Amino acid sequence: MSKVRVLVGTRKGAFVITSDGTRRDWSVSGPHFGGWEVYHLKGSPADPDRLYASQSSSWFGQVVQRSDDGGETWQPVGNEFAYSGVPGTHQWYDGTPHPWEFARVWHLEPSLDDPDTAYAGVEDAALFRTTDAGRSWQELAGLRTQCSGHSWQPGAGGMCLHTILLDPGGKGRMYAAISAAGAFRSDDGGESWRPINRGLRSPQLPDEDAEVGHCVHRIAGHPGRPELLFMQKHWDVMRSDDGGESWREVSGDLPSDFGFPIEVHAHEPETVYVVPIKSDSEHYPPEGRLRVYRSRTGGGEWEPLAEGLPQQNCYVNVLRDAMAVDALESCGVYFGTTGGQVYASSDAGDTWSAIVRDLPAVLSLEVQTLR
Amino acid sequence: MIRVVLPPHLRVLARTEREIELELPVEATQRAVIDALEERFPSLRGTIRDPATMRRRPFVRFFGCGEDLSHDDPDDPLPPAIIEGREPYLVVGAMAGG
Repeated sequence: MSKVRVLVGTRKGAFVITSDGTRRDWSVSGPHFGGWEVYHLKGSPADPDRLYASQSSSWFGQVVQRSDDGGETWQPVGNEFAYSGVPGTHQWYDGTPHPWEFARVWHLEPSLDDPDTAYAGVEDAALFRTTDAGRSWQELAGLRTQCSGHSWQPGAGGMCLHTILLDPGGKGRMYAAISAAGAFRSDDGGESWRPINRGLRSPQLPDEDAEVGHCVHRIAGHPGRPELLFMQKHWDVMRSDDGGESWREVSGDLPSDFGFPIEVHAHEPETVYVVPIKSDSEHYPPEGRLRVYRSRTGGGEWEPLAEGLPQQNCYVNVLRDAMAVDALESCGVYFGTTGGQVYASSDAGDTWSAIVRDLPAVLSLEVQTLR
Repeated sequence: MIRVVLPPHLRVLARTEREIELELPVEATQRAVIDALEERFPSLRGTIRDPATMRRRPFVRFFGCGEDLSHDDPDDPLPPAIIEGREPYLVVGAMAGG
């Protein structure tokens, strides 16, 4: 029988939550790495028992952990992220040049076909790759050097590379997104890069159509339609039908088009999920009602999904990497909140229930469907 | 023989006891202690010192003989009581936050 494994990163450790394919009864394991911030953990599509986790703290810096048994046991692997060559500077908040300084790993993206290869998106924004199961990490520096990295400036959340999307087509296409810099694409496995921000408009910039500088919050796609992408920007929900060459807004009738996560149904490439947040300073749901919004038309028309979610006095946030889907026949949708709840729907979002409450604030959530 | 005491999070990471005994092949300085610690416990690399700058992390402190040694030159000799093993060398996670 199928199983589902939910990997949850929180402010104070990681949790591994499992169920059989019925998704009725859940077992919680953790905290792993208790007391440390776990920005992200994710499993290899090529070997689901191979997991990578990003563990960090203000005291002791960055640690990367690897599990070879589905999260039962872990071992620390390489944690040295040295920028390539002479890294130079980017812009600081006051516009002065600031040296690139590694702070932490925000996102880990294992290769689609090799469990020993994984990508790491880090702050200050850069992309690293391991090909030896995490023992060493090398920067793919073209992203910084070919995409105006010297002009990037951190946003309020820091200058982080938070999204890595691997195209399953096998031709080396991949996407990355950086807060307050924008979206970028490589067509050669990460060696060379270019900005893909045409169609994004950000009134917060002096040139609202600038080539770089947009605050992209997350990008999601569907492996069956690799040219189709969806983006939650700082404000605006966007769609691209040409692999990011151009974007158009599909916020439509959302109550707010500010938010962080965006996710696509496992079997329906035009079914998209977002969690509207009131504003860029009021990081909680409009009207204190936690609602996921679903579009079955690839954006534009959205329906609220609220059954089983708190509909009064709810002021949590859902962070950019804290939503995911499973691949069971009836697609499951999952998200974690800054209030420590993990909600799950086994009917594509129609109804929800909390599979665990009162965890530390959830930073990230990934789902593995185990056959 | 130098006695080194680690903070709880680093003990868990290194899978070791609270106090570690280190034999140093060179003069007993703070740098030599941390070098030996990282050599014996590779999982501690980068957690006490920034691997890019090799400088002490801001929220890590070094104490010994009732003194804060954090700002001493890392290549200065350690106090005799630490070198002789009568006093431990403490790696401490600093008080931080509210």
